[in-house]
Amino acid sequence: MTRYLVPIGLFALLIPVFIIGLTRDPSELPSPFLNNPAPAFALPSLTEPESEVGSADYAGEFALINVWATWCVGCREEHAFLMELSRGGAVPIYGINWRDNRPDALNWLERLGDPYVFSAFDADGRVGIDWGVYGAPETFLLDPNGIVLHKHLGPLDHDIWQRDFVPLLSGGVAAR
Amino acid sequence: MRRLFVFGLLLFALPVAAIDTDKAFDDPVLQARYEKLIEEVRCLKCQNQNIRDSNAFLASDLRREIRRMLAEGMSDDEIFDFLVARYGEFALYRPRMQGKTLVLWLAPLLLLVAGGGTLFVILRRRMSMPIDDMPVDDKTLDNTVVGRD
Repeated sequence: MTRYLVPIGLFALLIPVFIIGLTRDPSELPSPFLNNPAPAFALPSLTEPESEVGSADYAGEFALINVWATWCVGCREEHAFLMELSRGGAVPIYGINWRDNRPDALNWLERLGDPYVFSAFDADGRVGIDWGVYGAPETFLLDPNGIVLHKHLGPLDHDIWQRDFVPLLSGGVAAR
Repeated sequence: MRRLFVFGLLLFALPVAAIDTDKAFDDPVLQARYEKLIEEVRCLKCQNQNIRDSNAFLASDLRREIRRMLAEGMSDDEIFDFLVARYGEFALYRPRMQGKTLVLWLAPLLLLVAGGGTLFVILRRRMSMPIDDMPVDDKTLDNTVVGRD
């Protein structure tokens, strides 16, 4: 009987590894920008195509960068929460309208409301690549020095906001 | 039968219809490097495809960026660096060997050595064992095999 103990013991050790593995979402990748400076960008504004908006506009303040598109179901899902957040005024929200077309995007903002200080219009996804974006919606929290404190993949909601963002907003700068 | 055959052939053509397969470069050396690179880069949106086989937005954007970088004369390593800086080591199907990915590279070798070592020890022990000392189940196994013969 004892000769079976070793393989059974090894297998028992593996089980927790598998269980932990099952609870993890393989589509969620760690961002290389975490705790590093967010990439700078400058793009035409979605609402005013002639003017340029970008990272210079939020230098020196906490900022939430939200990558969105009208074709993105998760973006529709989180939109009401973003509206609530922008009314609350805890942190200004800046949009990167990713791989979208202008009439659709403008229509979306008009119909559902515009939670963004501005939306940068990234038609060809060039800035999206610089930010390592691979699936909208993605939301980055930046501290006043432009360091990425947190990145969230998928729709935001109240619970996620309270759990992952609020603690960073209150103590983010002091911590580093 | 003939119709089935044609249908079968058409199935092979499906990937071609999906992707921009136009030749990217006139220079055959650049073209070869391009084709190799897009096979080595993972489509982060559709994780089990490389960007050659995927027609997701992201894959076509990444192909376009790689074409741009090749045209600008960047080396393969510089292009990989560009991708890793943005998407992490996961973007490459063959992650480079370094601290974080070392376990990925060494695990197969370690497992092979461990398995081979175990096998070697067991076989050695068995060969030096007189038949009578064999564990009971092995002896019955031998008997049944012989018995069936």
